[in-house]
Amino acid sequence: MPKSSPSIDMTPMVDLAFLLVTFFMLAASIRPSDPVDVDIPTSISDMAIPANVVLVTVDAGGRVFFKMSDPEAKRELINSMMGKYQSLKLTEKQVEEFTLMETFGCTVGELPQYIDLSTDERRQFNTSGIPYLDSTKNQLKDWIDFGNRAAVNSGRTAYEVAQMDGLNPDPKDFVPKFILRVDSKTLYANAQKVIDVFRELELNNLNFITSLEMAPL
Amino acid sequence: MAEIAEGGGGGGHDKGKKRAKKSSTKVDMTPMVDLAFLLLTFFVLTTTFAKPKVMSLVYPAKLTDEELKDIEPTKINNAITFLLTEDKIYYYEDEFFPKGNPQGEPPTELKETNFSPDGVRALLAKGNKYVIQERERLEKLVESKQMVDSVFTKKMIEAKQNKKALKVLIKTDDKATCKNFIDLVDELKIADIGMIAPVDILKSELDLLKAKAK
Repeated sequence: MPKSSPSIDMTPMVDLAFLLVTFFMLAASIRPSDPVDVDIPTSISDMAIPANVVLVTVDAGGRVFFKMSDPEAKRELINSMMGKYQSLKLTEKQVEEFTLMETFGCTVGELPQYIDLSTDERRQFNTSGIPYLDSTKNQLKDWIDFGNRAAVNSGRTAYEVAQMDGLNPDPKDFVPKFILRVDSKTLYANAQKVIDVFRELELNNLNFITSLEMAPL
Repeated sequence: MAEIAEGGGGGGHDKGKKRAKKSSTKVDMTPMVDLAFLLLTFFVLTTTFAKPKVMSLVYPAKLTDEELKDIEPTKINNAITFLLTEDKIYYYEDEFFPKGNPQGEPPTELKETNFSPDGVRALLAKGNKYVIQERERLEKLVESKQMVDSVFTKKMIEAKQNKKALKVLIKTDDKATCKNFIDLVDELKIADIGMIAPVDILKSELDLLKAKAK
């Protein structure tokens, strides 16, 4: 009686496994490690996030975090902030690190210490976020105001570069947009205080980050 | 795992005769396959496909007390005011009349609604009939190639700003959540409402809301 071989040909399975690995590797985009987890609400809006943005995050506890998309604008921003807050002194290396930092949230006093931390340590960092409740020491207002100016400048530069490259750019695409990323569970009253900071700076056109849901038919 | 050793390369039939064992041409693929599945699992778990989107909302400009004084109160026609608290939505139509108002109107009653199809959506569809009819009319023109898309977009914006279009005010108390607020704005966008104004709640409205929400 011929003994049938106990081995199974695994080639098709391995082929499939590698195909899937390749697919997921190419489809995956690395998510920036944020110091805060936000459960974003859903809407039917399908507008993509614009390129030049100033983004303010409000987490479930009402803490506020700040982010800007353009590293060059961030350099200008931190220089403006150091001009306003004389106590804030950063080394050239820390400024470099700041421009590469994604979302951050801490007081101006905590900033040098915060920059020196690793990404994981920033998540653990015990902070109350950027102060925005006190109208006299409203640091969020300064971040947004200087951030806006820096983003306008960097947007203009990007527009000129695009024009020189012989493209036909739309100036609207280079104007900074203001984005709010609010947690579903956070109280609207918290978000409203942040919105009021924007409105005081006459920035009335805001965008909320949402994840896509199907529109009803 | 992949192969079970079968004693030599294939000299099974030669009884007793000693031969040089042929080395197997098969490579053990187990570690590679293990790695492939490990990577596969990793990417499956970490990949997120849905990129977040943005929903635009224009807030009314903040006015100083000086500027506020100069504005005459206008009569609000064809408007709905939504009042949000916790996970509940209340609304009233047109103008707000507090108890014992000088105009002698009956005091405004708050009505409760929800996010079901017969709730907010039906309410908005009823109030915003003008824009919805206008959209249907314009869409027919586009379909029959009598109108281009850019004109359609322009006309729709005009229709949404028209006097007959529904205006919506959103007011929140200190217990309303962002989810509730965004869900409501989303419903308004679905219903083609162009005039959305999130505004501060009045003291009298807040009292009414508190009494109702109990």
